[in-house]
Amino acid sequence: MIPASTAAGAPLSPLHRVLLWLWHELRVGVPIALVASTFVSVMFQDPWVRTLIYSLCIGLSIQLLIEAGRYGLSAWMLQRGTATEALHNHWPGWAWMLPWCIGAALIGYFGGSLLADWLTGGQRTQSPFGTNLRALSLILMFSLGFTLAAVWFFYSRSRMLTLQTMTEAAERSAAESQLMLLQSQLEPHMLFNTLANLRVLIGTDPARAQAMLDRLIAFLRATLAASRSGSHALSDEFERIADYLALMAVRMGPRLSVQVDLPAALRTLPVPPLLLQPLVENSIRHALEPKVQGGRIDLSATCEADTLVLRVRDTGIGVANVPPSNGTKFGLRQVRERLATLYGSRASLSLEPAPGDEGGTLATVRLPLQQSAP
Amino acid sequence: MTVRALIAEDEPLLLEGLRAELRTAWPELDVVAAVHDGDSALQQALQQRPAVCFLDIRMPGASGLEVAQALAEDWPAGEPFPLLVFISAYDQYALQAFEAQAVDYLVKPVQSERLAACVQRLRARLAERASSSGPLPQTLEQLRALLATPTGTAPTGRLDVIQAGSGNTVHMVPVDDVVYFEAADKYVRVVTADKEHLIRMSLRDLLPQLDAQRFWQVHRGTVVRARSIVSALRHESGKVTLTLRERPERLTASRLYAHLFKGM
Repeated sequence: MIPASTAAGAPLSPLHRVLLWLWHELRVGVPIALVASTFVSVMFQDPWVRTLIYSLCIGLSIQLLIEAGRYGLSAWMLQRGTATEALHNHWPGWAWMLPWCIGAALIGYFGGSLLADWLTGGQRTQSPFGTNLRALSLILMFSLGFTLAAVWFFYSRSRMLTLQTMTEAAERSAAESQLMLLQSQLEPHMLFNTLANLRVLIGTDPARAQAMLDRLIAFLRATLAASRSGSHALSDEFERIADYLALMAVRMGPRLSVQVDLPAALRTLPVPPLLLQPLVENSIRHALEPKVQGGRIDLSATCEADTLVLRVRDTGIGVANVPPSNGTKFGLRQVRERLATLYGSRASLSLEPAPGDEGGTLATVRLPLQQSAP
Repeated sequence: MTVRALIAEDEPLLLEGLRAELRTAWPELDVVAAVHDGDSALQQALQQRPAVCFLDIRMPGASGLEVAQALAEDWPAGEPFPLLVFISAYDQYALQAFEAQAVDYLVKPVQSERLAACVQRLRARLAERASSSGPLPQTLEQLRALLATPTGTAPTGRLDVIQAGSGNTVHMVPVDDVVYFEAADKYVRVVTADKEHLIRMSLRDLLPQLDAQRFWQVHRGTVVRARSIVSALRHESGKVTLTLRERPERLTASRLYAHLFKGM
């Protein structure tokens, strides 16, 4: 179908687009003229062909005027700086369009009549279109009604199309970001390297292999569940991060050391699951892994007034030295989006060079401490 | 006859694991160097001259591919070039490139049968080599093709002006004015006809942002504007010396890039 091809946004040639637009317009204008001419020819016993010419002239003139106004007004408003979704859909709003429609109906009626007079050879004296005042007002009302109905039709159709496209786009992007989240957490490089380490340990140190496998299982379970559940205790959050870091510690050996500081009073505070995971992962992947001598990750939680402050600090190559890759950006964006959805402007994530002379990066998450009471 | 080998793998357990598996799969193999980063790999390889190098792709310092590139450039002429085996857990593009170039590679976790097949192939190649001359030309071909294939990072748009900071001033250097770029540790020297600047960026990150038609990489650490090259003088070693239009100094093109300079 033709509307489907426009909704899919396939690139069309300009000629094709003009023809498509013309088809959309005539599809409405011509049937209306047909109905109107039949109606008038029955009411006033006029020859049908002549009323059809009048109806077409009047109807299409009105339509032309309305569409010109619709496109013109919305373009003019966009140029003045008002930018709304409706304006991009060429809809300036009823406040503008209602008076414009009435004007268009009046002008279109008389202009179209004149055109039809000229086409049919100037028989206006015998025509009810020009002489009978009662018929004139009736037909005016009639055409105005049709005009408004047609405008309403165009308006709601384009709005529905937009809504449909928007819904589809939103669904697609939600699915995509869900997939990217999962993909970033189950990053294949991390997973296969971990499995490779496990494979070696099974041969050399079965007990350690078992411990590592347990960590991997806990990590996978948490990752696969995190996208669904609402919140868990801060101690659980630290535990899951500890699983991940334990896996990394096996992989990186003495190159990685970890320090965790979680005050007992904060252990039960609820936090979104695996919120810190992307930050820790960035620290590992982009700050410590590329550094030959490795380094340290500090994970801490503190309470400042009514704010819970979570810090992930590394002694890696530093935020200025990390080329911005899609991976880091996605991780940070994902944390920011989650914070914005859950807490609005009351939560924040900042990234800065870590203080002190050890270098590295400090990521700070601030959350409102609202649900602290048991 | 023992065969000398180098293993470069940043994860200690994996390095030990590979070493242990190789001991069974290839008893005559003598691992003369086992290192955890790319820079040590290059240094050790040049020093020890192993016959086989196992190189992890993702390592701190230089990557496995960068080590291979540097080896191809710095390997002494006349010495047999080592056989290279790349190792990776998951680098989709790199693995596809290796496949296409018939370079030996291993996917982590390395399975015993796969390692055995790799060992057999390496042995066959070493035997082949004993009867003929070194495989450097072939390896160079493979490396050229590998380096030309994008391995992961998408091109990030063309750079038009280079912003070089010095103190409180930022100098705006149009890319068109640059005669050549030269890697200097973590920095890149940006050399124009009459000035030079340092930018805090690696050549690796800069390269995808340059127009490869106009700026030619002639060495792992040098990228020259093609229009600035007056002449190229080929040496017996395979290296090429470049004379520049705007600058008195000469640049060296490594044998990896010498093929760029041939008469039409």
